[in-house]
Amino acid sequence: MSSEVQKTIADDIKKHKILMYVKGNKGNPMCGFSKMVMDIFLDLGADFETRDVLSDPEVRDGVKEFTQWPTIPQIFINGEFIGGCDIVRDLYTSGELKKMVDAAK
Amino acid sequence: MISAQKIQSLVETAFPGSQVEAEDTTGTNDHFQLTVVSSSFQGKGMVERHRMIYGVLGAAIGGAIHALSLKTLTPEEAGKLS
Repeated sequence: MSSEVQKTIADDIKKHKILMYVKGNKGNPMCGFSKMVMDIFLDLGADFETRDVLSDPEVRDGVKEFTQWPTIPQIFINGEFIGGCDIVRDLYTSGELKKMVDAAK
Repeated sequence: MISAQKIQSLVETAFPGSQVEAEDTTGTNDHFQLTVVSSSFQGKGMVERHRMIYGVLGAAIGGAIHALSLKTLTPEEAGKLS
């Protein structure tokens, strides 16, 4: 995988408080798991940026290599990899995610 | 194609002494719910725990396994839930 993609990802996640690599986008989610994650952050009133991995296969593979995480969606808060759909849902249910989102504002 | 039983045995072998429950959630052998109770998760965060499971299932993730929902608990955490 090109180190260029890895660098692009590394820079991108630092530039945004909350960044998600998803299938589709806020208005047009293309996968149930991506939709669930975006809905959770919308419900928390969070301001977040998305990257549609379906529009860029290099980023789709690159982010999986970057995080050593084999699935999409992938969520970053304050440049830190938080996890995928399962973990975000569990953090949301426990109330932990709201604290993380508020701290990221 | 992979079965819930195969996933269960792979994880049980990789985590001796663990309790593993694998369920095919759609009956199509590609959407699974997996619950693993193991002392190996002690002191580890969620991302790390899930990576441990992904490491066992390897290339099947995203291939034969389209969707995998994970619950990774230590025996103490599981005890609180039951």
